[in-house]
Amino acid sequence: MGWISPFKLNQLGMLNMNRRNVDYISRYNSRAFYPLVDNKLKTKLVVAEYDVPTPRLLQVVRQQHEISRFREIAADLKGFAIKPAKGSGGKGITVITGRDNEDYVKASGARVNISYLERHLSNILAGLYSLAGTPDVAIIENIVESSPTLARYSHQGVPDIRIIVFQGYPVMAMLRLATKDSDGKANLHQGAVGVGLDIGTGRSLNAVQFNRSIILHPDTGLALENIAIEAWGEMLEMAARCYEATGLGYMGVDLVVDATEGPLLLELNARPGLAIQMANGRGLLPRLRTIESLKRPHFTPRERATFAMDAFSERWQPARKQAT
Amino acid sequence: MTSRSRIPFYIAIFLLIAAGVSLAVWRHIELGIPWFSGQQQPVWVVEARIDFDGTGNPVLASLNVPDSPPGFRVLSEQAASPGYGFSIVEENRSRRSEWSKREVTGPQTLYFKVQFVPDEAALRQTPRRPPKPEPVFWEEPQATAVEEVLEQARSRSSTPQSLTRELIKLLQPNSNRAQNTTLLVSDADYMSLLSRMLNHADIPARTADGLYLEDARRRQNLKPFLQIYDGKSWLTFNPRTAEQGLPDNVLLWRQAAVSLFDLVGGDDSQVSFSMLRQTIPALQLAQAESDQNGLSFLSIYQLPIEEQGMFRMLLLLPLGAMVVAFMRIVVGIRTSGTFMPILIAVAFVQTTLVPGLIAFVSVVSIGLLMRGYLSSLNLLLVSRISALIILVIFITAGLSIAGYHMGFNTGMTVTFFPMVIIAWTIERMSILWEEEGAREVFVQSSGSLFVAVCAFLIMSAPLASHLTFNFPELHFVVLGLILLMGQYTGYKLSELRRFHPMKVYG
Repeated sequence: MGWISPFKLNQLGMLNMNRRNVDYISRYNSRAFYPLVDNKLKTKLVVAEYDVPTPRLLQVVRQQHEISRFREIAADLKGFAIKPAKGSGGKGITVITGRDNEDYVKASGARVNISYLERHLSNILAGLYSLAGTPDVAIIENIVESSPTLARYSHQGVPDIRIIVFQGYPVMAMLRLATKDSDGKANLHQGAVGVGLDIGTGRSLNAVQFNRSIILHPDTGLALENIAIEAWGEMLEMAARCYEATGLGYMGVDLVVDATEGPLLLELNARPGLAIQMANGRGLLPRLRTIESLKRPHFTPRERATFAMDAFSERWQPARKQAT
Repeated sequence: MTSRSRIPFYIAIFLLIAAGVSLAVWRHIELGIPWFSGQQQPVWVVEARIDFDGTGNPVLASLNVPDSPPGFRVLSEQAASPGYGFSIVEENRSRRSEWSKREVTGPQTLYFKVQFVPDEAALRQTPRRPPKPEPVFWEEPQATAVEEVLEQARSRSSTPQSLTRELIKLLQPNSNRAQNTTLLVSDADYMSLLSRMLNHADIPARTADGLYLEDARRRQNLKPFLQIYDGKSWLTFNPRTAEQGLPDNVLLWRQAAVSLFDLVGGDDSQVSFSMLRQTIPALQLAQAESDQNGLSFLSIYQLPIEEQGMFRMLLLLPLGAMVVAFMRIVVGIRTSGTFMPILIAVAFVQTTLVPGLIAFVSVVSIGLLMRGYLSSLNLLLVSRISALIILVIFITAGLSIAGYHMGFNTGMTVTFFPMVIIAWTIERMSILWEEEGAREVFVQSSGSLFVAVCAFLIMSAPLASHLTFNFPELHFVVLGLILLMGQYTGYKLSELRRFHPMKVYG
């Protein structure tokens, strides 16, 4: 392992932890809006008013006695996801992909029965997965069927797209692919692959795993350099719209592409990580400063998305190939 | 846009730091408090605290107070007891402080504070009137036993000193003592037996009570010492080891054979002592000796000793907080629990480093094993932590007992660790283990320990404790530095490593 000089990092415009916390999160994210993003149920309800689609809500389990109704609903379902509303980092999420007579098939292929799911629900209500163990609410959502063009890149799990939205402008994006190391999760520090995406075109730029550049996905063996996201402009506009919905000036928007319903919002993050810069091979600071220095900000999400696609595009500067 | 709004902040920080430094400089020049602890003369402040319950009657409380204790000079005496009449009375060769009040009900607390300066010249004492051995009467069968034991000691000795030493040795339980001795020792209180036997052998002897002086100790009790008169002066012996002479760190509080404390009109009385080592420069010492109230404002010296001892520790905490802030903000070390390292460092100050480290690591690792079982029970958080606290107490008790049986006194120091914090640490580490794997647990716990050791090294430096205690205003500087660090937006040291693959894009 080597070191890099702070001057070089500065030159590259790398945003660091302290500056992110002081200059961006604490300045642009009002504490009052945090509950909106820390609670998936609230996020769902509030973004719906701004025409941002999320996976269809099937049931909300708030009380222990409502679990019996879950049994009735679940009997007719093929696939669904159970999530704790206040969970973080994908904890406590159980995804059911199909049925095997009376049993339910988890994403990993394991079979579980209804009483397992009921116990899981009551654990969620007791706050087993929520921050600081406070009582929680379980939400049951329609399962996301990832569009096959993207799904093949991921080892289990659904690939998602993280977009950093600053004052309503999408400034940087990456595609996150689960790996064996990350155990089907899409968190970069757990070993998921991050593929930087060009804001202008939605095409892949560069890929990293464990902060190292890679060319091929370690499990699926597919080349990561020519991925293109469909309906890119629409997704950027969706992400930009979340700014109006939540009022958070600096946030991470996680989107998935459903095979039938198109792009859906998965969750919002008020403290998005810094690894996205490594996936893109670019620093965030120049882009954030461009937005901060705008004399006349754009008012509609569409205008902001168009501006970002124009200003942060790599078109005239083709993605460099990595020599590793 | 951003830099302008911060100017008032930086001015405030500058003023804060300047105020701290200039106050300290002013106090240094004006009051002569030195920058380094080396230039100072130690002064022991010993405080006797008397607690009793009033029964609604007039109260007369009388405490024996030191009268020229060997090796020390009394610098000042002060009593604190609101509503009481107070005076110091000298009666038949002993000094007593007396408190009186007409009607007293409920719990009462009286303080008597004395400042002592160690003084080599005061070591040898010649009584005004040579004492005579007191006549002693024994009953059978003790009389014969006493004669035999004394004869045995006398045959091995030549002077009163050597006789005393031999006698003490003969009376020790490990000296293969004869039946005679066993009879005597089992019967009476050991100290009075010793002095009576010596008096019987025509050597004037008495019991004195001494205090072991250790910095910032509270609730100490008096320890008995034996004194004999060799014709010129009183000599002191350790009644267990027969060691002659008074250790440097022992202050004889009571020497004449009188009672320590008498109380009329109250019950449930208790006397305990706290002590503190202050370092006062020679200059200030001279001032204090001419003017009893010479200790100046903005100093903590005015508080009761018990509180002072606590403040000495509390005033070190900001340094620990600064180390933690520096390590997390500038270096980027990950710790488990933001301020857990400080509390561990405080515990290290009590236990010393290596035994503390060993004790901490073993408590946490045993706790982690037990927590593994708790997690399989699927308990709710609060009861899980509560169970863990109890387990941690069991573990520390177990370690203390095991350590004691293996002959390590250091086993006992485990109890200095804050139990609740340890329980939380174990809980966090165990969750971390389940979620992020053993590697992250290792990274965070060694990070925490590293920060704790750094904080310990700074907090235990003599200069640090001297400066924080004698120049409390320097904490403005610490506060200013911490606030400044809160505005640090540069790269952390760890990020220079984390982002190093970015070199390729430069």
